[in-house]
Amino acid sequence: MATQRLQYERPLIQRVNTGILNKFGTRTEYAPFTHIDGVSVKSLISEFGSPLFVLSEKNIREKYQEANRAFKTRYPKVQFAWSYKTNYINAVCNIFHQEGSWAEVVSGFEYQKALKNGVPGNKIIFNGPDKTDEEITLAIQNKSPLHIDHLDELYRVTEIATELNIRPEVAIRVNMDTGIYPMWDRFGFNYENGQAWDAINKIILSDKLELTGLHCHIGTFMLSPSAYAVAASKMSDLAIGVLQKHNIKIKYIDMGGGFASRNTLKGAYLQGVDTSPSFDQFAEAICTAILNAGFHKDDLPLLILETGRALVDEAGYLLGSVISNKRLSDGRRATIMDFGVNVLFTAFWYDHKITPAQEFSHYTEDTVMYGPLCMNIDVVRETCTLPPLKKGDHVVVHTVGAYNMTQWMQFISLRPPVILIDRNGKPQIIRKRETIQSIEMEEILPAQLKDFKL
Amino acid sequence: MKIRNNIALSDSGFIFDPSTGDSFSLNPIGLEILRMLKSGKDKSFILTYMVDTYQTDMETAEKDYDDFMGMLTQFHLLQEK
Repeated sequence: MATQRLQYERPLIQRVNTGILNKFGTRTEYAPFTHIDGVSVKSLISEFGSPLFVLSEKNIREKYQEANRAFKTRYPKVQFAWSYKTNYINAVCNIFHQEGSWAEVVSGFEYQKALKNGVPGNKIIFNGPDKTDEEITLAIQNKSPLHIDHLDELYRVTEIATELNIRPEVAIRVNMDTGIYPMWDRFGFNYENGQAWDAINKIILSDKLELTGLHCHIGTFMLSPSAYAVAASKMSDLAIGVLQKHNIKIKYIDMGGGFASRNTLKGAYLQGVDTSPSFDQFAEAICTAILNAGFHKDDLPLLILETGRALVDEAGYLLGSVISNKRLSDGRRATIMDFGVNVLFTAFWYDHKITPAQEFSHYTEDTVMYGPLCMNIDVVRETCTLPPLKKGDHVVVHTVGAYNMTQWMQFISLRPPVILIDRNGKPQIIRKRETIQSIEMEEILPAQLKDFKL
Repeated sequence: MKIRNNIALSDSGFIFDPSTGDSFSLNPIGLEILRMLKSGKDKSFILTYMVDTYQTDMETAEKDYDDFMGMLTQFHLLQEK
């Protein structure tokens, strides 16, 4: 009888560094990540290929309900609006719409997506600095809340509204110093220097537009709830000022988004899971500031939130496979994956958590993780501690649900499919793998360039 | 290729290089290979042993052996020729 051969693992040797900080950080993964919502990673890759984006419907709904509960238990009038730019795959948008979210869009393209998804016009908030005349006209006709970003837009919206003989509901975007750096002052009208009041006065005195809301968005990946308290106080101050000065009730305050997800920013000393504030902390800061601002109880404005990243990031996983291992000139291990920064755009600013999807021993090696692109910038993780992975092994990249499926690039290869694991644990394709036809269908080859001889 | 004579190798896979003060750790297969090298076994013997003992093939075993030897060279643990 043949002897059973033992499990193989690549031979490893590592220098022991004691007494000094290891720049690669400590190992955080002690168990393989083999299943997502009860579906095995291996079966997903075998059925749908690698690389592959996977989203958990269960996680999306739970996160939404957690955020909704955090705000609604603290403030009487709360409305979420799904930030399309964070993830505008229709299936994802419609999960949020089923949960009760309006749509928040920043372009005509996103506006059309929201309309096609069936969101009523008056529940599509139209943000952003670039709205064409056609888009403004459509938004006015659909009674969509138009959030005005700059004076040129204010004038143009006024002209179009006059031509249409419609008095549209508008808000202005306000930027302000909330004590964080960098201060986001490129969008909207500044609070401290009086631009916001100037825009408010122009709108009210022209009488062509109805000022119904005030909007702000103080930053992105905000780790400080107190900045939102400052912002909510300043927004409330403006709203109360408008009531006192012009006797006009501001119907809503839109606090935008920017809540951090549980990812780890590059250069951060601590893991995102340890530093990211909870929805309760953000809700406490915002709701307390508005409730304490001095509104009469009948005048409390609707609180709108455009949270995107914090609601969908954790629901997303990227599954991938090892193409090869190599040793760099300085002795570091490098692992080449079948996904790169073209599909994992957020690798530019996060140190994503990456877990092997199969059993491994406790021996690890400091590894640089590269993507497959023939580009030097294609680095998924500059340093991470991983067990020995061999060609064909699978890994799971965590917390990739936000911004990857909108900012991914079709560069030298086709974008992977996106799978949604529904509430019954059934995987469903919600975006097909691209084909060469998907890319070439928009190309036009002039007749004189059709033939050549080599 | 032989391991330098003054390199200390513990049963649990720790290596100490007295000339630099550096310590290294090995996984069990790394430890086995190092022991075979220390006892004078050559590449061909080691690779045959690996394929007979573990669930691997000659191609993978050789690739990983060469990589391992590269690391031993990098860490100055091999005898100078």
